[in-house]
Amino acid sequence: MPHRSKVVLVLTGAAAALVVVWLATRLQSPAAAQATAPGEFPAYTAQRTADGKPDLNGIWQSVTTANWDLEAHSAAAGPYTELVGAYGAQPGGQSVVEGGMIPYRPEALARKRANFAQRVTPSVPGDGVEPPLGDPELKCWMPGVPRTMYMPYPFQIVQTPETILITHEFNGTTRLVRMNWPEETPVDNTFFMGWSRGRWEGETLVIDVTGLSDKNWLDRAGNFLTDAAHVVERLTAVSPYHLWYEATIEDANVFSRPWKISFPLYRRMERDVQLMEFKCQPFVEELVYGRFTKKPTS
Amino acid sequence: MNRRLQIALGVVAIVVIGVSILAAQGRLSWLPGTRTAGTGDGEDWTPPRTPWGDPDLQGIYNYGTSTPLQRPTQVGDKQVLSDEEAAALQADIAHRLDRDRRDGGAQADVSRSYNDAWMDPARMRLTADKRTSLIIDPPDGRLPPRVEHELTPVEKEARAAADLSTRRFNTGFQESYLDMDVGNRCIIRRRNEGGGHPYLPAIYNNMAQILQSPGYVVIYAEMIHFARVIPVDGRPPLPDTVETWLGDPRGRWEGDTLVVETRNFVGSNAHMVGRTGVVYGNANPRTFSIVERFTRTGPESIEYRVTIADPETWTRPFTISVPWNKTTEQIYEYQCQETNYDMFHWLDGARAREKRGERFDPNAPDALGGQQD
Repeated sequence: MPHRSKVVLVLTGAAAALVVVWLATRLQSPAAAQATAPGEFPAYTAQRTADGKPDLNGIWQSVTTANWDLEAHSAAAGPYTELVGAYGAQPGGQSVVEGGMIPYRPEALARKRANFAQRVTPSVPGDGVEPPLGDPELKCWMPGVPRTMYMPYPFQIVQTPETILITHEFNGTTRLVRMNWPEETPVDNTFFMGWSRGRWEGETLVIDVTGLSDKNWLDRAGNFLTDAAHVVERLTAVSPYHLWYEATIEDANVFSRPWKISFPLYRRMERDVQLMEFKCQPFVEELVYGRFTKKPTS
Repeated sequence: MNRRLQIALGVVAIVVIGVSILAAQGRLSWLPGTRTAGTGDGEDWTPPRTPWGDPDLQGIYNYGTSTPLQRPTQVGDKQVLSDEEAAALQADIAHRLDRDRRDGGAQADVSRSYNDAWMDPARMRLTADKRTSLIIDPPDGRLPPRVEHELTPVEKEARAAADLSTRRFNTGFQESYLDMDVGNRCIIRRRNEGGGHPYLPAIYNNMAQILQSPGYVVIYAEMIHFARVIPVDGRPPLPDTVETWLGDPRGRWEGDTLVVETRNFVGSNAHMVGRTGVVYGNANPRTFSIVERFTRTGPESIEYRVTIADPETWTRPFTISVPWNKTTEQIYEYQCQETNYDMFHWLDGARAREKRGERFDPNAPDALGGQQD
C-alpha cells in the first residue's frame, strides 16, 4: 500500500471515529441531561420563533410539591382529614429553595405560622379582616407570582414578539408579559398576578414582576410576600421537553435577603393535550359564603 | 331653545369639530368600522399573515358601540340611517349617556358621576356604517320569536324557583350565594353582556386582546380574565361528557376568516347554574349552537359575525355583526372573587335585615325591577 493511501486511510478512520464519538454524545445527551444535577444541563439551543427568539410556546407543568410547601416537608394529614382522608393529605417533598430555607425576618415568620394555622378559615372581601385569613388557593383566588408557576395544573405559553401570554388551568388565571415595557407599573395599583415585564437575555426569558398584591401567599404552608415584593423569573429551555425555571424573590418587609427557587417545567406531551376548564369558584362558595346563608327557622 | 336641544347641538358641534380635526390628521382609524373591506382606502389593503401563514388577527380591540342589538321599532324597516339621522341619533345618545348633564338633581348627579368611571366611551358611538341594528339576519333586525311550548312540571318548578330567587335578589333578601347570578358569582359574564362569546357591546369593558402562536388563536377578554384558547390545528372536539361553563372551542380558517365553533357547555349541573343560563338567551345548552367568524376588514378593524341557533329556544337562527376596533388601551388584571365585596355585603345585609325583623315580600314593588340578565 503506498504511503499516501495509508495516510488517507488513517485520516478517514480517525474522522469516522470522531463522527461516531460525536454521534454517541448527541444521542446520549438526553440521558446525560437527566443524570446531571439540577441546573447543570448540557448546553442546549432552543428552536427559534419567526423573530429569532427561543420558542417557549407550549403547555407546561411543574411536578414539584412546592405548592404544599416551598421548603422540605414531611408527608402529613391534610385539613378535614376525617372527611377526605388521603385525598387531602400532603405528600412529602424536598425544598425548591436554594439553601433549603426561606430567610424570614422574625416577625414575618410569626405571620407565616399564623397563616398556616388558619389556612382553612377563610375570611371574605369586605368582612374587615386584614390581612385576609385562609389560603387564597382555597378560596379560588388568583395564585400570584411565582406560585402560579408551581401550582399542580398545566399552563400554556403563547409567545409573540410584543406580548407573551401565560394562561393557567387553575381558575383561568392569565397574565400578560409585556416585552421591553418601559415603566415598572403603569397605574397606582397592585395586581394579584403583578405587572410583568419581559426581556430576552440570550437563551433566557427574564420576567421582572412588581406591583404584586399583599394578599398573595406562596404556598399552602402560609409562606407569603407583600406589595413590596420584587420577583425576577428566568425561563430557559434546556431540552425540547423541559424549561428550567428560576425566581429570585426580594421583599424587605418579609425576608432578610433575596432568595431563589428553581425547578424544571415539563412539556405536556399527550396527543391533543389542552388546558381544561377549571373554574373553581362554584366549588368554594359553600365553604366561603355558607356562613352567611339564611338558616331555616324552626 | 330648550336646554336639551342646546346640549345636543353643542355635542354635535364638538363631535363635528373633533372628527374634522382627526380626519385632517388621518387618525380616524379608531372609529368603529371606519375601514371596511372593499370600501375607500381598504381597496389596496391586503390582510396580513403571520410568519407561519395564518391570517393575522392580532391586536387589542374594543367592540363597544351604541348601535342597538335589535332595530328600534321607531325606525321601521330602515336598515341604514342617513347621515343626518345618524348625527341626530348620535347626539341623542351622547346626551342620554352624558354623566355630567346635571338635569336630574343632586342625587342623580352624584350617582352619574360615580358610575361614569365604569363607562366605556366607545359605547357613545354608532357603528360607522350607520346600521340600525347589530342583528343583520333576520332582515328585520330583530331577535326571532322564541319557541313556545308547554312547560314540563320540572321546568315549571325551575322557573318558579328562579322567579322567587330574582325577587329575593331585587328586594335585598338573598338567602344564599345562589340568589346571585353567574356574573355576580364571578363564574362567567352574563351572556347578554360583554366579556365572553357572543362578544356583545356592554356599558363597560368591551376589551379583548387577540394573540396567535402556531396552531392557536387566543382571545383574552379582560372581564373575569378569560383567555379563550382556540386550537386551529384540526383536532377533534372533547367528548360530550365534558361540560364547561365557557364551552370548548375549535377553530378553522376559511380564507382570511377564523371560524370558531364552541360546544361542551354545562347542561346538567343545574344546581350550579342557579337562576340564570349558561349560554346566550338562557337557551338550552344541549341544543345551542354558536358559530363565530372573525375577519380583518382593515389595518385597525375586525368584523365579528356570530350566528346563534337553538331550535328549542328560537324559531330560526340569527346573525349579529359587531365591529372590533383596535385601541391603544391595555388589558389590565380583572379581579373578581378576589375582591367581590358585593357578595358579602348582600348576604350580610340580608341577614342583618332579618335580624331587625324585616321579612321578604315577593310582591314588593321593586321585586321584579332591574332584572339582572
